[in-house]
Amino acid sequence: MNEQQQTLWQFMQQQAGKLQEQTLQHIGLTFISLCIAVLVGLPLGILIVRKKQLSGIVLGIAGVLQTIPSIALLGFMIPLLGIGPKPAIVALLLYALLPIIRNTYTGILGVDAAVKEAAVAMGMSKWQILFKVELPLAMPVIFAGIRTATVINVGVATLASLIAAGGLGEFIFGGISLNNTNMILAGAIPSALLAVIFDLLLSMVQKVSFKKLKRVVYAFPVLLIVLCLFYIIPAKSEGKLTAGFTPEFMGRQDGDLGLRSKYGLKIHTIVISDAVMYKAAFEKHLDVISGYSTDGRLKAYDLVVLDDDKHIFPPYYAAPIVRDDVLKKFPDLEPTLNLLSGKINDSVMTVLNYRTDYLHQSPERVAKDFLVANKLWRPERGGNDGIVRIGSKIFGEQYILANMYSMLIKGYTDHEVSTKTGLGGTKICFDALTNNQIDFYPEYTGTGLLAILQASPEIINEVTVNKDSTYNYVQRQFESKYQIKWLKPIGFNNAYALMMRQQQARKLGIKTISNLKQFLDKK
Amino acid sequence: MIKVDKVSKYFGGVKAVDGVSFEVEEQENLILLGTSGCGKTTTLKMINRLIEPTQGCIYIHGKNIMEQQPEILRRGIGYVLQNNGLFPHYTVAQNIAVVPNLLKWDKQKTEKRTAELMEKLHLDASYLNIYPNELSGGQQQRIGLARALVSDPPVLLMDEPFGALDNVTRSKIHAEFKALDELKRKTIIMVTHDVQEAFELGDRICLMDKGKIVQSGTPAQLLFNPVNDFVKDFLKHQRLQLEFKAIKLIDLWELLPELNKEAKASSFDAGTNLWEALESFKFNNGETINISKDQNQVKTVSFEQLMTAFYQYKNHQAHE
Ligand SMILES: Nc1ncnc2c1ncn2[C@@H]1O[C@H](COP(=O)(O)OP(=O)(O)OP(=O)(O)O)[C@@H](O)[C@H]1O
Ligand SMILES: [Mg+2]
Repeated sequence: MNEQQQTLWQFMQQQAGKLQEQTLQHIGLTFISLCIAVLVGLPLGILIVRKKQLSGIVLGIAGVLQTIPSIALLGFMIPLLGIGPKPAIVALLLYALLPIIRNTYTGILGVDAAVKEAAVAMGMSKWQILFKVELPLAMPVIFAGIRTATVINVGVATLASLIAAGGLGEFIFGGISLNNTNMILAGAIPSALLAVIFDLLLSMVQKVSFKKLKRVVYAFPVLLIVLCLFYIIPAKSEGKLTAGFTPEFMGRQDGDLGLRSKYGLKIHTIVISDAVMYKAAFEKHLDVISGYSTDGRLKAYDLVVLDDDKHIFPPYYAAPIVRDDVLKKFPDLEPTLNLLSGKINDSVMTVLNYRTDYLHQSPERVAKDFLVANKLWRPERGGNDGIVRIGSKIFGEQYILANMYSMLIKGYTDHEVSTKTGLGGTKICFDALTNNQIDFYPEYTGTGLLAILQASPEIINEVTVNKDSTYNYVQRQFESKYQIKWLKPIGFNNAYALMMRQQQARKLGIKTISNLKQFLDKK
Repeated sequence: MIKVDKVSKYFGGVKAVDGVSFEVEEQENLILLGTSGCGKTTTLKMINRLIEPTQGCIYIHGKNIMEQQPEILRRGIGYVLQNNGLFPHYTVAQNIAVVPNLLKWDKQKTEKRTAELMEKLHLDASYLNIYPNELSGGQQQRIGLARALVSDPPVLLMDEPFGALDNVTRSKIHAEFKALDELKRKTIIMVTHDVQEAFELGDRICLMDKGKIVQSGTPAQLLFNPVNDFVKDFLKHQRLQLEFKAIKLIDLWELLPELNKEAKASSFDAGTNLWEALESFKFNNGETINISKDQNQVKTVSFEQLMTAFYQYKNHQAHE
C-alpha cells in the first residue's frame, strides 16, 4: 500500500506539468460551461416564472437533455460542432442548465407571497421587484442549483478528454486503457477533490446571511470569470496536419512516445476518444489518427493505414486467454476454442467489423454467418455440464469473437455459456479473469506484453521483432505469473496503426510513417 | 375623498365582490367588516390596483385610479398587510426606506423621518440595524406600519393589520393606534373580521356578506338600527360591550346631571366612547370623571350616573 502511494506520488511529481495543465483545463471547462449555463439558465428561469405556460416545455426539454448519457451527448455534438472544446462546453452547458433553470424557477416562485405583494403595493416596478426582492430571496435556492450543476460538470468534464477538449479525463481514460493505476488515480483523485472542494465552497455561499449576500453577489461572477480563464483553449494547429490520438496511444511506448523517439515525428496532436476519432478524421477535423488495423471503420470512412516502416507497433495477434484451472475443469474447452485458430486474417476481420460497426448488423448474426460459411457451425446441443463464462472488451470485434466462441461451445460441448460482454478496457477484463469472474476472453499479444506485463523497453525491443517471439514471450510469462494460458492465435493482427484519409494520403504522396515525417518537416 | 362606485370582481364564476359602492370622507376611518371569504380583501386591493375590477370605477380625490400609472398611484397609498410582508433580506431601516428610495428622497430626510416614526411607534432606535426575523410579531407589525406611514401618504389601506397578534398585544396596539397623531390625519380603510376591533377603531363600518355590502353606517347605526337579521345576528355576540363601544359620551351628554368640575378626577373628551370611560374607573368609593365638551363645558360624573344615562339612552333608541 505504502509503495503504491509512493509511486502514485512519484507519478504525479513526474507528470506535474501535465497534471497542472489538465487540472486547469478541467476547472476552466467546468466553469466556462457553468458561466454560460448561468447566463442562459437564469433568464430562462425568470422567463418561465413570468410566462408560466412556457415552464412545462422549458423544464421538459432541460430534463430530457439531462437524461441523455454523457458519451452520447458528446457524440451528438461532433457532427454539429466538430471536436475540441466547443462541443465539450456545449455538452456541459446542456447538463448544467436543468438545475439552474429549475432552481431559479422554484426559488422565485417560493418567495413569500406577502413579501411580493408588499413590494407591488409600495409601488415597485416589475424589474425593481425582480432585482431587489425576488432574486435576492431566491438566491439560496439558485445557488443550490449552481452547486448541483458544478458538481455534475466536474464529473462530466472528465469525458471531455474523449473529444479532444483536455481535462483530467486524459489521465483517467489513458490510465484505464494502459492498465496504469497511478495514471487513473492521478486523474481521478484531483477531479474528485475538485468536486468536493467546489461543493463545499458553494455550500458556504449558499448559507451566507443576507448581511453578506450583497458582497457575495458581486464577488461570485468575478470569481467565475477568473476560473474560466484557467482554460487556455488548446491552441489551434499552426502546422499543416492535425493528429488525433486516443489517451491510451498518447501514453504508450508503442504509441506517441515511439513515434517521437523512433521516427522523430512532430505533429500537432489532440487527445480524443476512439469512439469519435474515425468520424472526426472522415469529417476532416483530423488528418492523422491512431487506429486499429482491423477496424471496420477503416473501410467505412475510406481511410488508409500508413506503413510502419520502422516497426514501432508491436504485433497484436488475437487469441483467447484462459485460466489454467478452467482448462482442467473443462478438458474439451481448449480444442473447441482452437477451432477458430488461423481462420480469420486481417481483411476478413476488417469486413466482419465493418458489418457490425458500420452496417449495424448484430454481432450474433455476423458471427453465425461466418461460422456457417466456414462450415464450423453446429446446432446447440443443449447440454448442462457446467457454465463457461466468456468475457469481452467493449468493442465490436470482441463482441463478434465472444459470440463465435459461445456458438462453438454450445455446438461442440455439453457446457452452458454465459457471456459478460462490454467489460470496458483491458484492465477491467483482465481483473475479471484473474478474479474468477469470467473464464476466458480474447486478448491481443501486444496488449499482453505492454499493458498487462508492462515489459521493460529492452524486452519490448527484443521480443517485438516478429509475431512469434511476442506470442511466445507472453505465453510463457502469463503461465508463470498468472497461471493463464494463451491458446492458438486466431490469425489476424489488430495492431496499432496510423491512418489518414485515402484521398489526402494519395494527394500528399504519403504511404509510410517516414513519408509523413518528411512531409511535416518540409517547411 | 375615496369613492367606490358599483365595483365588482369576478374570479371565473365566483363573484368575489358584487356591485359594491361606498364613500370615505377625508380623515375618516372606514372598516370593511364581514366573515371570511365575503370579499373584503378583494375590495381593498382594488383600491391600490393590486386587483383590477371587472366592473365599476374607483376615484381618489375625484381622479379615476384606472387612469393613473399603478406604480405612481401605489406610492401615494400606504398599505399594511396581515403578516406584515416585511422584506426579510432588508434591515428594519432599509425596510422603512423602501418607499422614500422609490421617491428618491435624500438620505438625511429618510433618516430623520425614520427616527421620528420609530419614536412615535415606541420602537427602540437600536432595532434599525437588525433584521425583521429578530423582532417579535407586535414589533414587526409596528415596523410594517412605519413603512406604510413613512412618506406620509394621505390614504392608508390596512388588511387585518392586527390579525396575527395575541389579544393583549392587540389591545395595546389598538390604544396606540387611536392615540397616534399621524393616523388622525389620514383617510383609512381597514379590513377586519373582528367586530370588537371594528367598533373600537371605526368611524363607520361597511358590513359585507357574499360580495355585497349589507349595511354601512356608524357603529351605533348598525347596532341600534340594523337593516335585517343578518346584521343583528352578526353583532349579537358580546353585545353589551359593543354598545359601550358604539355610544360616545357626547350621545349621553343631555342625560347626564349638571355637576361642577372636580379637579382631581381624570378627564375625557366628549368624543370618547363609553367603553373607554367605563374602563378607566378603578372602583374607589365616590370616584368621578370629568367630561369636557367644546373645550369649555365640563360635567363631573360617577360610574352609576354614566350607567343610568346609558340605559335611558337605550330605552330612548328602542322607542324611536
Ligand atoms: N385570486 C383569486 N382567484 C380566485 N378566487 C379568489 C381569488 N382571490 C379571492 N378569491 C375568492 O373570492 C372570494 C373573496 O375573497 P377575499 O380574499 O376577498 O375574502 P376576505 O373577505 O378577505 O376573506 P378573509 O377574511 O378570509 O381574508 C373568496 O371566495 C375567494 O375564494
Ligand atoms: Mg382577506
